[in-house]
Amino acid sequence: MSIPRGGVTAVMGPSGTGKTTLLRLITGQVRADSGAIEVAGQNLRTLRRAELYALRRRMGMLFQNGALLTDLTVFENVAYPIREHTDLPERLVRQLVLTKLQAVGLRGAAYLMPSELSGGMSRRVALARAIVMDPEILIYDEPFVGLDPISMGVILRLIRRLNDTLGLTSIVVSHDVEEISTVADNVFLLSGGKVVAKGTPQELRSYPSEIVRQFVGGLADGPVPFHYPAPDYFSELLATGEDS
Amino acid sequence: MKELWHRARESLIGLGAEVRFLLRLIVLVPGALLRFDLIMAQIWNAGALSLVIIMLSGLFVGMVLGLQGFQILQRFGSEEALGTAAAIGLVKELGPVITALLFAGRAGTALASELGLMRATDQLSAMEMMAVDPIKRVVMPRFLGGVIAMPLLAAIFSVIGLYGAQLIGVQIMGVDSGSFWSQMRAGVGLADINEGIAKSLVFGVACSLIAVYEGYYATPTAAGVGQATTRTVVTSAVVILFLDYLLTAAFL
Repeated sequence: MSIPRGGVTAVMGPSGTGKTTLLRLITGQVRADSGAIEVAGQNLRTLRRAELYALRRRMGMLFQNGALLTDLTVFENVAYPIREHTDLPERLVRQLVLTKLQAVGLRGAAYLMPSELSGGMSRRVALARAIVMDPEILIYDEPFVGLDPISMGVILRLIRRLNDTLGLTSIVVSHDVEEISTVADNVFLLSGGKVVAKGTPQELRSYPSEIVRQFVGGLADGPVPFHYPAPDYFSELLATGEDS
Repeated sequence: MKELWHRARESLIGLGAEVRFLLRLIVLVPGALLRFDLIMAQIWNAGALSLVIIMLSGLFVGMVLGLQGFQILQRFGSEEALGTAAAIGLVKELGPVITALLFAGRAGTALASELGLMRATDQLSAMEMMAVDPIKRVVMPRFLGGVIAMPLLAAIFSVIGLYGAQLIGVQIMGVDSGSFWSQMRAGVGLADINEGIAKSLVFGVACSLIAVYEGYYATPTAAGVGQATTRTVVTSAVVILFLDYLLTAAFL
């Protein structure tokens, strides 16, 4: 699969099909046993540690729960990558952080601690932190999990807006079919560790495949079975229990 | 038997991994010293916050030494040697060992659970994604902070303990104050103090290493973090006492 530069690409699929593993591969957190993964023309398998870190400075990632550093304020969390990687004067750091917080609508929360934020707010702060070094690629790991509809709408709009205004390449892993269809340019559907469908959200709706129909339609039974593999129902019920 | 063999193998592999982790940390020491502000914060965390428990325990251990020492020495009519006996006992053995045990319980568990929770909440992965090496930024300062704090704490423990022994021996039991101090000064040599410092340094490395290792590689779940904290205390205690025996033998 290849992810085009400059768009919002969604990666969808049932739980346990390797979506998160794919993200970890793209970001070099785990190394591939075989095959090749290229990010911005560099093969991740042959990259040395320093080169990998250099590449990661061009990426931002939003973790499922935000993964803010709990001992720092919101402001310091967003400032963290700047302080670690540059020697910018304090005034400039302040301006950078405040503009990014303004972009996610949380400038007023700059001096709160992460524990005082709601789930949606943490994720927006994490988003501000992910874009503070002006990355080229922004990766979202299940950004909608556990959010109320309002927060979800906010994040959705941010994904699109940040992508377009900052000229990013966005990769969104999610299983919220409806929501992601409204912002994604391309969709990859994974199942069992393989790409089973790709195309625009509209194309996917009428894709001639059982698994795609089950996933997009949210059907309980299909190629992904409702039942976890088990011995025959009746014989197990009728068994005495001692011999099992 | 097979189970035993399997366990022994497992723990040997664990030991190997821990030594490799230590070597990786040692390589990073020079670089980490450049960020001394981070280390200072951790010395505060591990050291200053353990002061109360260390000082209290030191006082009581010293008082017990004063009592027991007095009882035994009195039988031989040599109560004046109490100062020497208490000082040598504290500086060479009780100071480093009990400080290390308390340190493992107070600071070691805090380190392990903090790192474990950072792992469980993806904070360490987030750092890696920001191109910040968590070993350099998080583990190293905590490790060095512990290594630096331990000898200081042990020294404080010994001093307070000596005061406790003096409190009981001189103030209550009536040992002559002059001979208590002068015998101590004559009886305790530089070699004894060096042994104490060397021991607490080694214990500092061992305790801090075990804590950061267990925390850093904790299973990222609630149960995993709990397990890591428990293992930190148990492993530290056993390792401290074992190393104490080795070091005592080596210094003879």
